[in-house]
Amino acid sequence: MEVGESKISIPSVMEADLAEGVAINSMREAYRQAIPDPDKWLEEELSRNILVTTVDAVVDWGRRCSVWPVNMGLACCAFEMIAMANARFDIARFGMELLRPTPRQADLFWVCGTITWKMAPALKRIYEQMAEPKWVLAMGSCAISGGTFRESYSVVPGVNCILPVDVYVPGCPPRPEGILYGISLLHQKIGRGTIQGELADKVEEWKQKMKLEAYLGGMWK
Amino acid sequence: MTVALKAGEVAQKLAQAFPTAIITNGREAIIVPSDSFFEVAQFLKNTPGLDFDYLTSLTATDYFDYFEVVYHLTSLKHNHSLVLKTRCYDREEPTVPSVISVWQGADLQEREAYDLMGIIFTGHPNLKRLFLWEGFPGYPLRKDYL
Repeated sequence: MEVGESKISIPSVMEADLAEGVAINSMREAYRQAIPDPDKWLEEELSRNILVTTVDAVVDWGRRCSVWPVNMGLACCAFEMIAMANARFDIARFGMELLRPTPRQADLFWVCGTITWKMAPALKRIYEQMAEPKWVLAMGSCAISGGTFRESYSVVPGVNCILPVDVYVPGCPPRPEGILYGISLLHQKIGRGTIQGELADKVEEWKQKMKLEAYLGGMWK
Repeated sequence: MTVALKAGEVAQKLAQAFPTAIITNGREAIIVPSDSFFEVAQFLKNTPGLDFDYLTSLTATDYFDYFEVVYHLTSLKHNHSLVLKTRCYDREEPTVPSVISVWQGADLQEREAYDLMGIIFTGHPNLKRLFLWEGFPGYPLRKDYL
């Protein structure tokens, strides 16, 4: 069997150098003028102080950087939450140092510890008092699944039985590093497009509805 | 350090005061039948030399055949302590006289024993569930629960 000639031609070094020279020369001809500042039309005061971005990004950034947790220390995990709030691990770096005693001012429902059935109505009520948008972080094995006390007569088998949970941080109790990772996951979740996402959901829902109506209309014709 | 009184010696004193009450002494505790329990509690608190003026703890145990209510008593005056027990054999309605008028601190502990073990303390002014909620089925620390 004969092997055909290779169709790839490898240019010599001289040819490559020439091509490079041509490219450089053409660029040198074309780009003589400086590109004007796109914000030139703005006044100097304005151009120094205004940053342009999408509304979504700003809102996400704002929500992400000031997640205020509600003070919900139910059991021993609360001590790790306190450790997080202190200088060594310092959740103030994420704008979370304000552990609110009132749910009205909080964004994050930080469930630390075992939830008993006697506490469950209060927990639910506090969650319902929080303003939208709100997130739930389940911390420790008891909050995730009831932990050791899962089969017990008085313990809720996981906070997800009564509330929708966004982030689970396992451990008994979790190390502060683990909680830091959980918080960064929560930040990712918050930053994943909110207004746009919400709007897109609405539009999609509307589209489905319209399609269905058109379909039904066609059927009736 | 608080001195634990020998149960036998105290039981002898009690036997002199309550000849009708059947008072047996266990190895480290005095066991009193529940019908004469209240008088014995008053005696232990008010007798000079004993002066058990402080109820350290009150718990209940389930031994299948009977319930045992355990009282840990301390005298702050003489710095000695004693373990007092009483038994109730009725499984449906175990009844023990309340010592709330002798030791005020028995209030919540009697409620706890009622809540989790179902022991009824007669004479308690507010005997209702403490940790669990009204309408909870059964008494969860009994051996036959579940």
